[in-house]
Amino acid sequence: MTTRWFGERVLRSEDERLLRGRGRYTDDLGEGALEGCFVRSPYAHARVVFVDVEAARRAPGVRAVYTAADLPFGEMDLPLLIPHPALTQGRTQRCLASRIVRYAGEAVAFVVAEDRYLAEDAADLVEVEYEPLPVVANLEAAAGAERLVHPDVPGNVAAELTQDAGDVEAALEASPRRRRLRLRYERGAAQPMEGRAVWARWDAGERRLTVYDSTQSPTSIRGGLAVLFDLPETSVEVIAPDVGGAFGPKIMLFYPDELLVPHAAMQLGRPVKWTEDRREHFTAVNHERAQLHEVEVGYDDEGRIQGLDVDFVHDAGAYTPYGLILPIITAAQLPGPYRVPAYRVRFRDLYTNLTPTSPYRGAGRPQACFVIERVMDSIAAELGLERAEVRRRNFIQPDQFPYDTGLSWQDGSRAVYDSGDYPRLLEECLRLLGPRPAGDNVGMGLGVYVEGTGVGPYEGAHVQVLVSGKVVASTAVPSQGQGHATVFAQVVADALGVDVADVEVHGGDTRRLQWGVGTFASRSAVMAGNAMHVAAGLVAEKAKRIASEQLEVDSADLELAGGEVRVRGTPDRAIPLSTLAVLSNPLRYAFGGGAEMATQFTPKPRQGPPLERGEQPGLEATGYYSPPGSAWASGAHAAYVHVDPDTYRLEILRYVAVHDCGRVINPLILEGQVQGGVAQGIGGAFYERLAYDEEGQLRNASFMEFLMPYSTEVPELVIGHLETPSPLNPLGVKGAGEAGVIPVGAVVASAVEDALGIPVTEMPLSPLRLFDLDRLRAGRPR
Amino acid sequence: MIVNGVERPRPGSARRLLSDYLRHDLGLTGTHVGCEHGVCGCCTVLMDGRPVRSCLMLGVQAEGHQVTTIEGLAPSNEALHPVQQAFKECHGLQCGFCTPGFVLAIAGLLAENPSPSEQEIEEGIAGNLCRCTGYASIRRAVFRAVELSGGSRPE
Ligand code: FES
Ligand code: FES
Repeated sequence: MTTRWFGERVLRSEDERLLRGRGRYTDDLGEGALEGCFVRSPYAHARVVFVDVEAARRAPGVRAVYTAADLPFGEMDLPLLIPHPALTQGRTQRCLASRIVRYAGEAVAFVVAEDRYLAEDAADLVEVEYEPLPVVANLEAAAGAERLVHPDVPGNVAAELTQDAGDVEAALEASPRRRRLRLRYERGAAQPMEGRAVWARWDAGERRLTVYDSTQSPTSIRGGLAVLFDLPETSVEVIAPDVGGAFGPKIMLFYPDELLVPHAAMQLGRPVKWTEDRREHFTAVNHERAQLHEVEVGYDDEGRIQGLDVDFVHDAGAYTPYGLILPIITAAQLPGPYRVPAYRVRFRDLYTNLTPTSPYRGAGRPQACFVIERVMDSIAAELGLERAEVRRRNFIQPDQFPYDTGLSWQDGSRAVYDSGDYPRLLEECLRLLGPRPAGDNVGMGLGVYVEGTGVGPYEGAHVQVLVSGKVVASTAVPSQGQGHATVFAQVVADALGVDVADVEVHGGDTRRLQWGVGTFASRSAVMAGNAMHVAAGLVAEKAKRIASEQLEVDSADLELAGGEVRVRGTPDRAIPLSTLAVLSNPLRYAFGGGAEMATQFTPKPRQGPPLERGEQPGLEATGYYSPPGSAWASGAHAAYVHVDPDTYRLEILRYVAVHDCGRVINPLILEGQVQGGVAQGIGGAFYERLAYDEEGQLRNASFMEFLMPYSTEVPELVIGHLETPSPLNPLGVKGAGEAGVIPVGAVVASAVEDALGIPVTEMPLSPLRLFDLDRLRAGRPR
Repeated sequence: MIVNGVERPRPGSARRLLSDYLRHDLGLTGTHVGCEHGVCGCCTVLMDGRPVRSCLMLGVQAEGHQVTTIEGLAPSNEALHPVQQAFKECHGLQCGFCTPGFVLAIAGLLAENPSPSEQEIEEGIAGNLCRCTGYASIRRAVFRAVELSGGSRPE
């Protein structure tokens, strides 16, 4: 096999369609469907006294109004997706709240009408009486536990978990120097440009349910719907068509609409659609990030960490559908690229009367990186050392891989770093950063991270050579803009020796491949990429088997190239894949298109049945990849920033990102992922703040007030690559989707502290916050 | 109103947003809706050649005007408009949701000013949000589009 496409900057095959406005996002489909609209709680915590939907039911064009009492599953708690033994007080919400609402935005009723305008008119007529209850509006209130989110959950503690590796108390005791830090990270939101949407159609004759969902995991949605509606899973089809960005929160089973839309479609016998609007997206779609860390670090006079003791609380929000994944990731990733001889971490997952949390790009890692990098900077400051030097002295060294952290990982296995070269990452990053620009109020920031990517359990791919010689490859993982159709085509094209343009990739459609997990945790390239490699390899083997019989040559002497199987060294002895695809399927009837070749009297007669024992018809195969462990990507970012001393505006003068995600399939797409991730990180570090008040009301639920970066806020990055292939998978790849966002908070904190001399212990910052901090430091609080 | 060169009936209801009229009455779903409050620019279309936000207008307000949506921009099924071509060459899109808005905003800008300065380009795209690309490739695409449409590239 001659590798040709892997590693090339192949332009995306998705683009032409999207650029012409021919994308198919969920709300683009299902014209003529009935449309839904939610009534949501305006209170963060309240008793529901009554819900009166009579007027709404009589409104023009209304076909149904649902409250919990109207649903066969109305009294059912939605599934707890990832149970964990430490999650002793897990709580999930119901599809529609009927007694208590626990966050502003929780769904109470669902109206279905002839169109969205009529549905919204009717939703206004739904009358709900609430009796407000005391609100737990932040982590301090949750920890104080004077008020409870769930009356039966003492202290608001959903779970508590301690892990240790080494004797931290002895290590701290023995450390020549010790320091304590208190660090805070606030809530953030992914805010993909496309909100969520669901469209469902029920075929009563065939008893078949088809659902289009702007989700990251159609296979799981399908499994859940089959159970809930008591249908054979083979009669439920779920498709994630084009998805307009997701970044984590589009994987949650279930958001209420994911049940209500199919339910209404089945009950009303008409297709039903619901499309979220931006205002409801702000409170109805999961958030992430809020944590409060108490850290004690012990180190020696050279700045080498001896012991690290971390105690943090994580803001779960009102429910814990996603289990403990976020604080577990933070806990396991906190030591990052550094050797920490003794580490203890305890976390408590606390309920608040706020929107539930689940992974958002980075998923617990931006917080972990912020904490450990703040620790590094504080050691440097204390010892008067260069910040880079402290990191150098603490790095895990290249000869220490595989490196066992002694900690348990998000899939329950041990967190063992497979490969990397952290010192080289840092040196390359500093080299690209170059000299400090002249001027006052300029600061340098630095952040190094590792990221466990490509978690299991598995992913699959189906690859088929058509009789035209073109190739169709399918996987269950959907794309939300990461260029799957291009990178997977590159992998398949290499294995089959065809042009990348001849491979058509489909993702996220359970009709094409029903087995798979989803797009999350920077896993698509690792999991589905390797599954594509396996499946295409099986197809290549099969093509050689058939060709070897036709050409009367040993399989071992054949190769796939130029769309044919040919004899090595004698390229004119060859059979096109299109012919082999025909021959792979023994026929009785010639239906044209060259099919006569495979009919019973045409090919060379041979012994035995037409279809050999154990062989299947068709030049196709399904392959799976299941990883022995996570592939650990890593990176170093550094920046020069300028902070205006009067307005506290941040200007990023230069931003360098060097990263190592193993072998790179497509540098063009990879750089796009990094640049986009950093942009999101910049937003989360300096502009975006979910401004909740004491009543649990989100005060800035619009793009007018929740400030996402425009082009003017995001510089062009200087991007460097380092490749330490993962030894764990055949392609040697590691995930890259989330990486860009992870260290940005740490970098900005480090840079702003350096520029202004204000100690930074929180994220996000903003001009106003810097003004306040500067005043505080000067002893002149506002 | 004339949409992509074709005369279209007036919207059935006076309160129908232009964005909904285009998407759901005319089936021109390439016009996307990201916020419905005028901030993200996903819904940008050209009205008489000028970029406007279709979520902030009623359909009836477009009566008597020429509207161009993303579906009507490319000269043919084979060729792309220079801005579309530039986005493709420069990896100016990921999920593609913001893309029609950006492309039309830039097409509007270049129609008025074929050789914009860097500052004018920055202003031309400063009203559109993209959550995927981090903008660098979009800025590159604008420079490339200037080149492709025969303008002179800012130094
Ligand atoms: S949808 Fe019109 S500006 Fe956002
Ligand atoms: S490409 Fe996804 S929002 Fe711009």
